[in-house]
Amino acid sequence: MDSLAIILQQLVNGLTLGSVYGLIAIGYTMVYGIIGMINFAHGDLYMVSAYLTAIFLALLSFFGIDSLPVVLFLTLLGTMAITGVYGWVIERVAYRPLRNSTRLAPLISAIGISFVLQEYVRINQGSNDQGIPALLFGAVRVPVGNDFFQITYSQILIIVVSLLGMGLLTYVIQKTELGRQCRATQMDRKMSGILGIHTDRIISTVFVIGAAMGAVAGVLVTLNYGSFNFSSGFIIGIKAFTAAVLGGIGSLPGAMLGGIVLGMAESLFSGLVNTDYKDVFAFGLLVTVMIFKPSGLLGKPAVEKV
Amino acid sequence: MNIKHSFLDAFVAAILATIVFGPIMGIVLDGYSFNLDVPRVAIIVGIIFVGRFVFQLTISTQGGRDFFQQFEKGRAGSIEVTDPGIKTVLAKAIPFIMLAAAILPFFIGKYWITILILAYIYILLGLGLNIVVGLAGLLDLGFVAFYAIGAYGLALGSEYLGIGFWIALPMSAILAASFGAILGFPVLRMHGDYLAIVTLGFGEIIRLVLNNWSAFTHGPNGASAPPATLFNLEFKRTAAEGYTPFHEFFNIDYNSTHRYIFIYLLVLIAVAFALRLKHRLVKMPIGRAWEALRENEIACRSLGMNHVTIKLSAFMMGAAIAGVAGVFFAAKDGFVNPASFSFIESALILAIVVLGGLGSTVGVVIAALLVILIPEVMREFSEYRYLVFGLLMVIMMIIRPRGLITIKRDRKFSTKGEGAVVETKQGEGAA
Repeated sequence: MDSLAIILQQLVNGLTLGSVYGLIAIGYTMVYGIIGMINFAHGDLYMVSAYLTAIFLALLSFFGIDSLPVVLFLTLLGTMAITGVYGWVIERVAYRPLRNSTRLAPLISAIGISFVLQEYVRINQGSNDQGIPALLFGAVRVPVGNDFFQITYSQILIIVVSLLGMGLLTYVIQKTELGRQCRATQMDRKMSGILGIHTDRIISTVFVIGAAMGAVAGVLVTLNYGSFNFSSGFIIGIKAFTAAVLGGIGSLPGAMLGGIVLGMAESLFSGLVNTDYKDVFAFGLLVTVMIFKPSGLLGKPAVEKV
Repeated sequence: MNIKHSFLDAFVAAILATIVFGPIMGIVLDGYSFNLDVPRVAIIVGIIFVGRFVFQLTISTQGGRDFFQQFEKGRAGSIEVTDPGIKTVLAKAIPFIMLAAAILPFFIGKYWITILILAYIYILLGLGLNIVVGLAGLLDLGFVAFYAIGAYGLALGSEYLGIGFWIALPMSAILAASFGAILGFPVLRMHGDYLAIVTLGFGEIIRLVLNNWSAFTHGPNGASAPPATLFNLEFKRTAAEGYTPFHEFFNIDYNSTHRYIFIYLLVLIAVAFALRLKHRLVKMPIGRAWEALRENEIACRSLGMNHVTIKLSAFMMGAAIAGVAGVFFAAKDGFVNPASFSFIESALILAIVVLGGLGSTVGVVIAALLVILIPEVMREFSEYRYLVFGLLMVIMMIIRPRGLITIKRDRKFSTKGEGAVVETKQGEGAA
């Protein structure tokens, strides 16, 4: 194969992967921005949404709905809604009581929730890999010299839906009343409370938004790859967190940029260097960024106040 | 009592529970199709409805509010300070407990010996992580990496360098501590949560390298490790060239249990040593510096303490203990492979430390024994053990973030006779 074609092909794959990372990274970055905790269970919410996708697809086909756009739309909407409720419930039950606790408490609680989600799914749905039937077939082939690279329709779906989701979220955060309240709470929670913003409600909303964005990623990845199991949220969660750190944690455009940069870098690495070590590469990148530029690409350096 | 309000609240909780539990519990995927399981959902929703209703009713009365207020206090829970030189009941009992533990393996079968060895290894790991998380307040999610370094230190060291168990023991500790230093030095300047993720990444890198670098580590197939020897006496039926088997030297019948009893006693000594080490360290300036740093980093730094070296020493100390635990693990099984060192192990060790009480030694020992032994005693529980550990981690953080056994520490000087209030509680176990 032509090496230019390989590189272009890997860039396409990287863009697909990167938009997924970006979607999940939004959940990490918004939660970190607003309450300064790493929501360790976020990757597992993504995993739950993959199961919900399969359940919705099975239910819809049981009720005889087989028009593809309708099926996709209903699955996306339903999965986002239920995963959003998960996000809300988890925040309410496991994180809110710890608002004024020691610094390690919320993180340990989040690790506990991550265990609980994985085990809850494993016990109820079994530990075997689950799958869904392929729904989208075909690809667009683009010729390059004597060779070609291809973009499958499901990759196009991933990229388009991710960009739409990110665009919509950016609009909500930048232009609406809710978004203004979110930004205010992120800047200064106490002052926002004094000025009449219901900060607890805003924090819950952020968890719901993060979970719903993770659910979009869950639906898209499941449609593309077709198989998942109860532990599939772990690696992708860590990578999405890497993306959030790479872009500058707390920054919304940073999460999206970081996701795409990480996805591209990982695809190029696995295409050109070595597939076995692609996870090592991603984790190595995480460690390197943390050490040399902890504020990330678009983040502001953290200033510790006494 | 406000029954109407409680009922509405419980009703909302039930609806949320239906949404959350309904799809995953009620609709079980079966290939591309599904099976319905409605009773399961109905039971759990019912439990949540009743539970929430009762909770709301209790909390609407004065007595109920007082009851839940206790937990609020426990959450803030500061550390109790005791007078120096007080011997608790537990401190007096320690020699007897140790003696009992030492003669125990001669009365139980091989199966239980191996399980107890594993439990002791987890006590070692728990003590190591307790120094890092409990005393210094650094959340290390890649602790299992140092355990892996210790285990592979023995396996690969004997393969490539020809070293045995006794040389591997200190070498693995030093190796693990050096890895701790290499990782820790750049990382420890950063904030607590970031440290957690970087150490998690580091742990995964070590596991993936062990898994993928087949030419050096034999990849997923694992590597074999030499067993422990007693002054060059081997615990085998027939020893290698130039060695004498243990049973021939003492002129007794060969028994495969001997090998496990020997490792059991070695691990027990290591545990005793680690307990003593921790007990001394918390009284030394370095231990006090760890705890001070955990409580308030900014205050410590403004008093001129070097936070990087203090954190680094805790990090390396924990890593060295994990390295030793790894050598015992490899010697026990005679075999190591990367699957033993996944993130779930790190999380399990963390669960031990959290359940036992951050910083508490007695708590960690009890938690490690419970975590390893309960799934063995109750087989049907082992299916649900990680679920239970996860739930316990959350519940502990909400009701008692300092753990079941809150740590106490000795005052530097006695305050008796100076008119100061001494909050001494005897006989509840030392920290």
